[in-house]
Amino acid sequence: MTALAPQDRPESRTSDSPSPAPPSAAPHERSSPLSRVGGYLGLLLVILVVALPLYWILISSLKERPDIYTVPVTWVPDPFTAANYSRVGTGVAFTDYLRNSIIITTVLTVVEVTLGVLSAFALAFLRFPGRSLVLLFVIASLMVPNQVTVISNYALVAQLGWRNTFAGIIVPLAGVAFGTFLLRNHFLSLPKEIIEAAEMDAAGPLKMLWRVVLPMSWPTLIAFVLITIVTEWNQYLWPLLMADDSSTAPLPVGLAQLQDTAGLTNWGPVMAGTVLTMLPILVIFLLLQRHMIKGLTAGAVKG
Amino acid sequence: MASVTFQEVTRSFAPGERPAVDRLDLEVQDGEFLVVVGPSGCGKSTSLRMLAGLEPVTSGRVLIDGVDVTGRRARDRDVAMVFQSYALYPNMTAGENMAFALKNLGVSKADISTRVAEAARVLQLEDLLDRKPAKMSGGQRQRVAMGRAIVRDPKVFCMDEPLSNLDAKLRVSTRAEIANLQKRLGTTTVYVTHDQTEAMTMGDRVAVLRAGQLQQIGSPTELYERPVNTFVAGFIGSPSINLIDSVPVRDGRAVLTDSLQIPVPGAAGRAADRVTVGIRPEGADVVGAGAGNPGDAGRLPVRVARVERLGSETFAFVDPVGLVAGSTGRADHLVFRLDKRLDVREGSELVLTVHSAEVLVFDAAGSALS
Repeated sequence: MTALAPQDRPESRTSDSPSPAPPSAAPHERSSPLSRVGGYLGLLLVILVVALPLYWILISSLKERPDIYTVPVTWVPDPFTAANYSRVGTGVAFTDYLRNSIIITTVLTVVEVTLGVLSAFALAFLRFPGRSLVLLFVIASLMVPNQVTVISNYALVAQLGWRNTFAGIIVPLAGVAFGTFLLRNHFLSLPKEIIEAAEMDAAGPLKMLWRVVLPMSWPTLIAFVLITIVTEWNQYLWPLLMADDSSTAPLPVGLAQLQDTAGLTNWGPVMAGTVLTMLPILVIFLLLQRHMIKGLTAGAVKG
Repeated sequence: MASVTFQEVTRSFAPGERPAVDRLDLEVQDGEFLVVVGPSGCGKSTSLRMLAGLEPVTSGRVLIDGVDVTGRRARDRDVAMVFQSYALYPNMTAGENMAFALKNLGVSKADISTRVAEAARVLQLEDLLDRKPAKMSGGQRQRVAMGRAIVRDPKVFCMDEPLSNLDAKLRVSTRAEIANLQKRLGTTTVYVTHDQTEAMTMGDRVAVLRAGQLQQIGSPTELYERPVNTFVAGFIGSPSINLIDSVPVRDGRAVLTDSLQIPVPGAAGRAADRVTVGIRPEGADVVGAGAGNPGDAGRLPVRVARVERLGSETFAFVDPVGLVAGSTGRADHLVFRLDKRLDVREGSELVLTVHSAEVLVFDAAGSALS
């Protein structure tokens, strides 16, 4: 991914830059000052709703215990303290949970992306009997809330003797209905002629996927990877039911554990643990989001 | 190199509907350049795609070099296609685009680079081999798409309106390039277009399709001079032929005006009550002032409604004077090509002398009489 994307960047930028300019310029000129103020107010409201809880987590993790509960609230920690962060490590086996989270998220992401790409490719490009039925199944499974299947999954996994194992946590979570659906729709939006050209050029299915389809799909694929990483990193209910201790439980379960051990009113270490849990995801997001650019099909077809 | 045969090939998209291609019979000789032409929706692209293997055949057979390929996949037919939109791989350079098929076919690396270099030389793409499609102009992309087809040295070239995305000037030069290239390579080519100029100038033979049915196949001259029906007559030639419907037949002659009477060929035609008469825009000359009088045989007096000057020639849109009752022109006006030196103005009256040997006569159903 990283090897390919930088090559693609400059040309997509050059081809894209002239086109977005006029639409963004036009409404700006037309809008009245009043509606512009309204627009900024709306933006501000959204930022507050999103950023305020995050900011609250951050400052709470840096406050001393009594300061968290002061009324009126203090928006800047006084004094700053990093003690909560060191308490995270002593309260629970934080590194164990982190390791488990990395294992579970990595395996699930690899499995889900592989399955998602392959199944979407089959549903989009291969002709086989029952194709629409399979698609219908995939979409139908999107409609079922995960919680509904928890009990039957639990019974099955326990029967297999997979309780408190990574297999028990990972296998039931590895279904990819959403990824299949997302990628299939994206594949269908690719110019049909290019797929046909590859067919005429004697490209087999795997070569077509790897050399023709995926190079035009990185932005969608990376978006899917990101969504998958975030979802799996934040998995709580199923790992909570499956894992008994820090040998398999991921971070969200560990955080809940931390709340129990630190005491129900001691939010400082919990908030510090939350910040530490968010950090890896934030880094991954920052690394990946610059590859989520459009315009990879620039120059492929005309008209 | 190979011949291509369509045997009763039909493609219907939905049962009960009119098939997109209806029992098409076509024979393309080895090395021939066949242009398939017709209005949009006539089934020409569908026919081409059935030959390429991109479209399933509902019934009938497609043969390449005498071998039935109807059930074969596109990649197993040894056919190369040039798409209207070029369909280049955006992530590959021009060179990689051309080499892709050869790599897939397991051609050796050394062989690939010689063949790509040769194709690049022929198409003057040497400087562009390392460039990606996004950084090329439309004409360059078009040439890469051509290159991708010729490096493979396939049995058949399929071209689906490859010039329609180029600007008018480039289209004319590329038209000649493609025709020359095809002659040099000698590869059997099926070329689909809706542009009748391309059809007339490029092909050894031209097939005219309408509503999924083959109307006529023949050399460009044959189609122009001896169209089998009013559709072909109207489609080939620009501006279109002047068609005058419901012309009464008297004594074996189609009577347009008192002075202009065209002999109707064939016994069936002479027995017909009314016929359709077709006069090409260049099928009449202006009679100089004082040369005979408007009542002489073969003369057609007209009133000029509109004049289009193209620089090299002038087109006059005219209304005939004294057209026999009941006959109507299919278009609003008749159009004639005039000498550019002629001073013609709107509203003026002219006397034309029609070359009656070039006039085409069709029966009421539109089929040519001969």
